[in-house]
Amino acid sequence: MTTATFESGSQSGVKRFLGRTLPYVLLVLSISPIVLGYAWLIIATFSYRTEGLFPIDAAGNIGGWTLSNWSFLTDPAIWRVTLNSFVLAVGMVIGVGFVSSMAAYSLSRMNFAGRKGFLSLTLLLHAFPSVTLLIAIFFVLNFLSKIPAIGAWFGYNTLGGVALVMISLDLPLGIWLMKGFFDNLSWDMERAALIDGASRFRVWWEIIIPLIKPGLAALAIFNFLSGWSAFLIPFTFTVGSKVANLPVYMRQMISDTAPTNWNMIAAVGMFQLIPVLIFFIFTQEMLLSVYAGGSKGGT
Amino acid sequence: MKVELENLTKRWGNVVGADSMNLDVKDAEFVAFLGPSGCGKTTTLLMVAGIYKPTAGFIRFDGQVVNHVAPKDRNIGMVFQSYALYPHMNVFQNISYPLKLKKIPKDEMQKRAQRVADMMGIGHLMDRRPAQLSGGQQQRVALGRALVKEPQLLLFDEPLSNLDARLRLSMRSEIKRLQMGLGITSVYVTHDQVEAMTMADRVAVMKDGKLQAYSTPDELYDRPRTLFIAGFVGNPPMNFLEMEVVRENGDYHARREGFDVVIPSDRGEKAAGKGNVILGIRPEDITISDEGTPAEVFIVESLGRDDLINMHIGEASIHVLADPVLGLKMGQNVRLDFNTHKVQFFDPTTEKSLLWA
Repeated sequence: MTTATFESGSQSGVKRFLGRTLPYVLLVLSISPIVLGYAWLIIATFSYRTEGLFPIDAAGNIGGWTLSNWSFLTDPAIWRVTLNSFVLAVGMVIGVGFVSSMAAYSLSRMNFAGRKGFLSLTLLLHAFPSVTLLIAIFFVLNFLSKIPAIGAWFGYNTLGGVALVMISLDLPLGIWLMKGFFDNLSWDMERAALIDGASRFRVWWEIIIPLIKPGLAALAIFNFLSGWSAFLIPFTFTVGSKVANLPVYMRQMISDTAPTNWNMIAAVGMFQLIPVLIFFIFTQEMLLSVYAGGSKGGT
Repeated sequence: MKVELENLTKRWGNVVGADSMNLDVKDAEFVAFLGPSGCGKTTTLLMVAGIYKPTAGFIRFDGQVVNHVAPKDRNIGMVFQSYALYPHMNVFQNISYPLKLKKIPKDEMQKRAQRVADMMGIGHLMDRRPAQLSGGQQQRVALGRALVKEPQLLLFDEPLSNLDARLRLSMRSEIKRLQMGLGITSVYVTHDQVEAMTMADRVAVMKDGKLQAYSTPDELYDRPRTLFIAGFVGNPPMNFLEMEVVRENGDYHARREGFDVVIPSDRGEKAAGKGNVILGIRPEDITISDEGTPAEVFIVESLGRDDLINMHIGEASIHVLADPVLGLKMGQNVRLDFNTHKVQFFDPTTEKSLLWA
């Protein structure tokens, strides 16, 4: 009797141990390719060559640490390209944030002809892969180039043109996301502000926008990241390094004729990653609250 | 300020929110819009506020049509059920927001906001956020914000519904006292007939977007013009019994199975010879006595001061207020005396009163 209970107790102990550890084992196994990939990236940036995860020198022995891969930092072009990436990312944050918060407010609150049609059309556009639009957009940018004054800033092979294209491609998502936040706000607050004497625009700016800050923050983070790492649009609509951003600069390092220094490309990739990491450290709490609960702070 | 509504109508497609409302609010008068939810009282209020545009009809402030005047130019203050405070602003910023929009100089703004806050008893909470206040305090902030710009018209949209019962009682008298003291014309929307009856000078009863009656609380109570008003106003509600009124030997008798009561002739003659009519009588107008109509006690509900007793007279069931000292028990047989000077008669098809045309 006593032995039987003892045995069943130990059996359930094993079970419990397995039940606790198995999920972790599975999780570790499934993320290990990513972790190993990043490990390689960091090691590669500081070595001449790598054999698996090990840095090796010219003779093939383990060792051979070097800082030479980071020599691109002395190239003035990299700073120009980094600035371009930054301008593009910030431009997207401002452009998409501004347009979609205004558009979403009117779509959420006002009744006008074509409202429903507009909403379903934006959703449809969002479902469109942007690659299919590349050639058409090329013609649009080319046309813009010919317009005096505007063309110099927003035409083909300009940062403004790239930003314009990326902003418009991201607007459907932004509008729908913001509309969700606006829809959750009670009408009473807005009515109260209108009666208190505010104009519609002031209501939007002083009452509504402060209440959907979490939504705006989420949108800003999405857009910063998508602008920072944008490749396809900048690659397609820019030539040369003057208006290239970081991912395009990296692509330009892969030469068709000369041997490619992959370790240096890894270093540039690492360089591109650093601001994102810093950014995440500061915003992760806000991101979590946005993902977990949608809006917070509204009554 | 005087407010007049003329044939005021609001429709959304086929949905009717308010159906040709006609009423006027005198200067400094306190008017309540009373009705069940969905009756159009809030719709009407929001049209007065300028938030909704009327589909048809006119709104006049002191004789001027204001249909197309923006809310901000109507000089009104409004208090919402949800308080609608701005959560990202503190109490001072909330109260002074209407003044800020009027571009009133800072020091005067400060003075006026403080004066209103002190009047509302929240002067010491100026740097709190709405989330740090209790429901009652939030309501006071909302009231302060509505009052601070010295509006000519105050609108209330069920302002006390979210408060607990005790607080509701004290806020009720406070709002009434404030309104009388300041003499601001007020429109108060509520579904609580006690609120409407106790606070308002006149009550507009609404149902399905239509104005049912517009008169003083006493008149609504004593002379209900429709069956709906009779049933809606008064707590516990009026009893309704279907019966026939006949004239016999010069007396008017209201009769049904197990029920025969003599009605005073001024009321009886209006209901006599009309076939089946509905007799209405309030629970407090029925007393338990030694003689009268026999009835059986069915359910006893203790209300504290009174017992609310459900009685059966034959097939019919009525409510009676009785003194708890009587100690009535279920199944007990008693006799009921009806105060026949207070009975009402209604036409069962039109549901209109036969007494008060």
